[in-house]
Amino acid sequence: MDIHEYQAKELLANFGVPVARGGVAYTAEQAMFRAEEIGGSRWVVKAQIHSGARGKAGGVKLCASEHEVRLAAGELLGRRLVTHQTGPAGKVVHRIYVEEAASIEREVYLGFVLDRREERVCVVAAPQGGMEIEEIAQRSPETILREVIEPAVGMQPFQAREIAYGLGLKPSEVNQAVKALLGAYTAFRDLDATMVEINPLAVTSAGKVLALDAKMTFDDNALFRRPGVSELRDYAEEDPRDAEASKYGLSYIALDGSIGCIVNGAGLAMATMDMIKQAGGEPANFLDIGGGASPERVAAAFQLVLSDPRVRVVLVNIFAGINRCDWVAQGIVKAATDIGVPVPVVARLAGTNMQQGRAILRESGLRIITADTLADAASKAVAALNQHSADGPALVATATRGAA
Amino acid sequence: MSILLDAGTRVIFQGFTGDKASFHAREALEYGTRLVGGVTPAKGGTTHLGLPVFDTVKAAVRATGATASGIFVPAPFCADAIMEAADAGIRLIVCITDGIPAQDMIRVKRYMRRYSRERKPVLIGPNCAGIISAGKAMVGIMPGHIYTRGRIGVVSRSGTLGYEAASQMQAVGLGISTSVGIGGDPINGSSFVDMLALFETDPETDAVMMIGEIGGPQEAEAALYVRDYMTKPVVGYVAGLTAPAGRRMGHAGAIISAFGDSAAEKAEIMRSSGLTVAPSPSELGTAMAEALGRRRSANMAIHA
Repeated sequence: MDIHEYQAKELLANFGVPVARGGVAYTAEQAMFRAEEIGGSRWVVKAQIHSGARGKAGGVKLCASEHEVRLAAGELLGRRLVTHQTGPAGKVVHRIYVEEAASIEREVYLGFVLDRREERVCVVAAPQGGMEIEEIAQRSPETILREVIEPAVGMQPFQAREIAYGLGLKPSEVNQAVKALLGAYTAFRDLDATMVEINPLAVTSAGKVLALDAKMTFDDNALFRRPGVSELRDYAEEDPRDAEASKYGLSYIALDGSIGCIVNGAGLAMATMDMIKQAGGEPANFLDIGGGASPERVAAAFQLVLSDPRVRVVLVNIFAGINRCDWVAQGIVKAATDIGVPVPVVARLAGTNMQQGRAILRESGLRIITADTLADAASKAVAALNQHSADGPALVATATRGAA
Repeated sequence: MSILLDAGTRVIFQGFTGDKASFHAREALEYGTRLVGGVTPAKGGTTHLGLPVFDTVKAAVRATGATASGIFVPAPFCADAIMEAADAGIRLIVCITDGIPAQDMIRVKRYMRRYSRERKPVLIGPNCAGIISAGKAMVGIMPGHIYTRGRIGVVSRSGTLGYEAASQMQAVGLGISTSVGIGGDPINGSSFVDMLALFETDPETDAVMMIGEIGGPQEAEAALYVRDYMTKPVVGYVAGLTAPAGRRMGHAGAIISAFGDSAAEKAEIMRSSGLTVAPSPSELGTAMAEALGRRRSANMAIHA
């Protein structure tokens, strides 16, 4: 789960990470009021969307009067920002953050990640702030500093000093940076983050260390014990279909193709997508129905897949272990009768209770195209797609109760 | 003697009396697994499925002599259950549960470091299908009937793709020695390399099928291990050629976030390390049959 910059800064500040004074606003008037509250003579108005690189997209504005703050906020609110992280559709700005502007002497990069090779939390730092870490890794990998944290004792001050001195900070800045590093690590650990990025961590001309931008991502699996974090969720930032999917315990990712997929298991779901591609089709989505899926969950999966208007065929591929083919078959029948399935359905059922599942499909009277193997299923789905297109624009109601 | 799990291995289930554990305990018993009891705190002293229930793993081990445990407890309590099993002297811990917080797994892995190499238990999972030694025993959630006893070892991140491999091999007349699902989490108990090392020295295994997916360094490390240390043929496959970068594909660990994370890159490392790479997920069985055929003719050429 991702949160906004201003939320991340609030959380980090509670752990002793220095941030500039600022406040969130939902209207231009609020923004102006915030600027007055903060005081000073220069402010930064920043669009709050779940994406980095907002500055390059025009989402960050420097203002020299409260009137300018009001104008900048009015211009940003409701605007669609497109960054290379949002995709071409971009994201609409609903909130902005007004922050006291600081004059910056130096910027460095600071990140905390789960290192899969070390199986520990790793601190990554680099002297070039403001750049993306991927870019730094490509241009000057030798400048990147890394410290792996021993989980039994947590991050130690000497490790923070190693980084601060390694970045070439002045003696007067080192203690402030150490405090920021230790605070950010504790926030990472105590809030079950999977990523914390402070980019840049800046040194002002007054010699103060400040987190200028902050990004935090949290472990979805740990939200059960972090109610304070889960209430920061902003549903406006998420694909509504993702939210719908998680309500039913489904994991769904929309793609660009025309063959909808309903599969059990993440690995098999990816393999099914690969197979469709190999057979000459394009998958419309990734969908894993998870373990022990009820007929209701399977029917919900159909609803979700069919909500994508590009879907022209649905391919169901189930290799049941902890799942049951009979429940999946009941779910297919339920979807066809309750919501209607206006496109051809190819079903491949294998594993636990396979015979019962196939019998349910057979006796349902639905015209479902059945397949025995993965390859068979993929090629039948592509064939159904071509058939379907050849029939012209009218949808063939294959999966409704056929009189044939 | 199969790797990790054999017909004689005494097994308990943790979270034994829950619905899913009960269902799979029945399946395991039917398959011939020597399931000797289970653990559910506060239900000690009762019986379930005709087997004794204990409050703690230590009590279960004392009374039954169990050396393996299948963990089905809910995710919030799973790290605790794994460490309890390790502390009680369980040698093989198979954690089926998915959704364990990553930092809990960091703690589990740290805890396991207290054991010397000889005393360290093998942890399989979490978020996995478990392990089956075909025709002998199973601790997991796989459909037992798709595994014919044979001489191919299988190691897979994905459970269901492991089933796919087993059934395809059954279709071309190849059987399985042991199949292990190592799970789809970013931090897991055993890696591909751990399992490849066991299969390499297993007298009941002739060749290995290794099924990976996008995300993380384990497939590439395994490919280099095969190149440097393995004599048995290994067939590989990596799921997710069509997966977009930066999106988590169901499994917490299945995300292309770094160089070398994509399926194409991993398959290329496998190929250049001497593995036979199955060109598609429907050719797992045939790729294995071909790899064995090549090995056989190469051996004949040497002996001729």
